[in-house]
Amino acid sequence: MPLLSILYEVISRGAPFLSLQFFTNDALHGGIGPSIQGTLILIGLTSLIGVPVGILSGVYLAEFGDNKYASFLRTINDVLTEFPSIVVGITAYTVIVIGIIGSYSPIAGAVALSFMLIPIVARTTEESLKLVPDSVREASLALGIHKWKTTLRIVVPAAKSGVVTGTLLAIARIAGETAPILLTILGSNYFFQGFRSSMDALPLRIFRDARWDDPRVQAEAWGVALILILIVLSLNIGVRLVARGRFKR
Amino acid sequence: MTSKNANPRKDNAESSSLGMKMQTISLNAWFGAKQALKDINVSFKTNAVTAIIGPSGCGKSTLIRCLNRMHELVSSSRFSGKVLLDGKDIYAPDVDPVMIRRRVGMVFQKPNPFPTMSIYDNVAAGLRLTGVRKEESLDDIVKRSLEQATLWDEVKDDLKRPGTSISGGQQQRLCIARAIALQPEVILMDEPCSALDPIATARIEELIVLLKRDYTVVIVTHNMQQAARVSDFTAFLYLGELVEYGPTKALFENPKSELTEKYITGQFG
Repeated sequence: MPLLSILYEVISRGAPFLSLQFFTNDALHGGIGPSIQGTLILIGLTSLIGVPVGILSGVYLAEFGDNKYASFLRTINDVLTEFPSIVVGITAYTVIVIGIIGSYSPIAGAVALSFMLIPIVARTTEESLKLVPDSVREASLALGIHKWKTTLRIVVPAAKSGVVTGTLLAIARIAGETAPILLTILGSNYFFQGFRSSMDALPLRIFRDARWDDPRVQAEAWGVALILILIVLSLNIGVRLVARGRFKR
Repeated sequence: MTSKNANPRKDNAESSSLGMKMQTISLNAWFGAKQALKDINVSFKTNAVTAIIGPSGCGKSTLIRCLNRMHELVSSSRFSGKVLLDGKDIYAPDVDPVMIRRRVGMVFQKPNPFPTMSIYDNVAAGLRLTGVRKEESLDDIVKRSLEQATLWDEVKDDLKRPGTSISGGQQQRLCIARAIALQPEVILMDEPCSALDPIATARIEELIVLLKRDYTVVIVTHNMQQAARVSDFTAFLYLGELVEYGPTKALFENPKSELTEKYITGQFG
């Protein structure tokens, strides 16, 4: 019910805004082009940082995680999953925006989002690898194949579809995050202007539009929300459909 | 030169004590606090099939898993004693267990082909992933291994199909081919037929008898008829102890121990 009522609100109020100009123009010309572009750039950069780290952590935890250090890492990972995202944002703001780069930056935003992405990817990777039966690992080890090669060439390929599905779902999940990017990329009316400059993203545009003094701009927030929901839902549903198709085969 | 020098492995085997390929000396094994094997001294003759029989939980599987150092992969496991392969202790500190497993291959209870690989890749996996180089081409080794495992004729046109797409009995022969491809010296089999139907079982048993020409075979089985059919020597294990060991025929027709007699006549187990 809540999902349906939200969807109804967003679609009925947002649909009237959909037009080609709305997609492609910058904010000064009645469009949300920069927000869409910014969100895509953020997704790309975040994946670049977060996916390898997350998958490697997950593989480590699943295959070599039988020690104290790993259970410590697992606990940290669980805590990080539940961490308030605004705290991640303010930390990235202090350390990266002020400390390292000296300005708002897409990179700071991507690092902050990576902190949200890594624990989810690590967890789903660990779960998928644990679904691979031990008999497969034993078969490989008994052939005199080294443990790391067994992991890389036998176990990970066997868990591949689970890892890919989990990773894409995690990306869909962080695409709508607002708090970590609020303090790191700030928001902008213009298209991408380099890595030492502020940038826009769909959640930030909704935030700004909704607070604007002009009712017309406030209404426009619904249009942006519709786009964001379409992106997240299509990623989500698409991944699930593909995954289900694969299991049936 | 004579054929002796052409096959140094065989030389080694013959020079070890009394044609024994492997031998355990005072072998003890534990899982946590539970002792699974107690002071086992048993030998495995070169180019012979030795069966290990006994009721469930008697330590049969643990024993053969000590022969290729798979036992130590279980996190709570412990071990003491010696296991000699060609007279050398495979638990000596300078021995890499990975190298031992290349010389002592293993076939498991349930067929376990690599799920993401084709039939061909399953057989080739050992060579590819261990980096062991052979003079023969990979194609030839795959073909020869599948032939030795008596599977070639059934799959030669489907080598690209997934290894998991064939029947259970075929999968088990695929696993045997996968082990053979590395040309091990010993093949360990842990109840290789327990998941198979009688026809598939018969085929595996025929294969085991063929394999002893080139390999030393150790097979764990809970099926006494199977032990009697395929093996040259039999070891009877009960509650982690070796009760009796001898030529299969003698052990079955004329058991020395009362316990053995009770077990093979089906009075317990």
